Amino acid sequence: MTYESMLAETVAFRGHKGDLGEAYYARPLGGGPWPGVVLIHHMPGWDEWIKEATRKLAHHGLATISPHLYFRDGPGSPDDVGARVRAAGGVADEQVIGDVAGCMEFLRAQPYANGKVGVIGFCSGGRHTYLAACSLPGIDAAVDCWGGNVIVDDPKQLNPKRPVAPIDLTEKMRSPLLGLFGNDDENPNRDQVNRTEAVLKKLGKNYEFHRYDGAGHAFFNASRPAYRAEQALDGWTKVFAFFHKHLATPAAARAA
Amino acid sequence: MCSYIVEKAKLLGSAKGPNGWMRIDTANVYYDHPFHAPLDHALGIDFINEAEGGRERVAVELSAQSARELVERILAALASGEVEHGKAAHHAAAAAAE
Repeated sequence: MTYESMLAETVAFRGHKGDLGEAYYARPLGGGPWPGVVLIHHMPGWDEWIKEATRKLAHHGLATISPHLYFRDGPGSPDDVGARVRAAGGVADEQVIGDVAGCMEFLRAQPYANGKVGVIGFCSGGRHTYLAACSLPGIDAAVDCWGGNVIVDDPKQLNPKRPVAPIDLTEKMRSPLLGLFGNDDENPNRDQVNRTEAVLKKLGKNYEFHRYDGAGHAFFNASRPAYRAEQALDGWTKVFAFFHKHLATPAAARAA
Repeated sequence: MCSYIVEKAKLLGSAKGPNGWMRIDTANVYYDHPFHAPLDHALGIDFINEAEGGRERVAVELSAQSARELVERILAALASGEVEHGKAAHHAAAAAAE
């Protein structure tokens, strides 16, 4: 019999400018060393599905931390805090990147860490993942799940909180990128996904994109009508394969 | 999709939340992913008192069809109510004049 176990809990982390924030953290118990993953939540906030996804990654051998990107607007329940953030126009890209960097430090500081760190994000978190992959050193694998507004067709959408279209930073992308998209999604739509892939290809980046028929936005989310079981199962399989390929413990470390 | 587009309506009134009644001065209205409703997109309204910081809210998440029907029912209630209360005001004025 195989004994499976994990620990899932709220932890504190140092984010952008050293601010002390809260995060949900799930990791396998025993064994290891384990790779780490930063999971970036979607626009509605730090909700139950995000925490389920965090535990799912841990179940597959990835110590995963999901920072509450809206912690500065607390205290309050995640939905109330999310409403305040929405009314204020969202969070600044720079702040999110700082929080992701802080979570990466948290992961690498754990005694059971193998030193490899990936980033995954959903919806607006997919866009943040693309940004992080272009902005932060030390990301070993990035997974963008249907991140919208990577391409910004209307310059009016740029503002002090989101000053740059992520696509314009692609040249600086350092990590391998996995992208998952639903062909019925409106943001990003098929054309935008194709244009993003064209830029990655032109710049010689290490990427793989998968597009799903019969799926739209957020098709992993079992609490929404958009959930598509078959596509979601395949997508998760691709996420785990990608992370295990790029975040595996180096052979030299295993032998030590 | 995820957006940060919010329509703000200034208003005068009160709303009842978990801590009882509160004065409200603003409704933040948006159409995006809901937090609780089992929908892909919902019309959300957060009633808040912005003058007092807007930290407490009374929130609803409605399907697009429900929201449109609610708009019609609000307008219908206002129209019929104003007619009835207009009659009452007329009778009161008439009684006072006799």
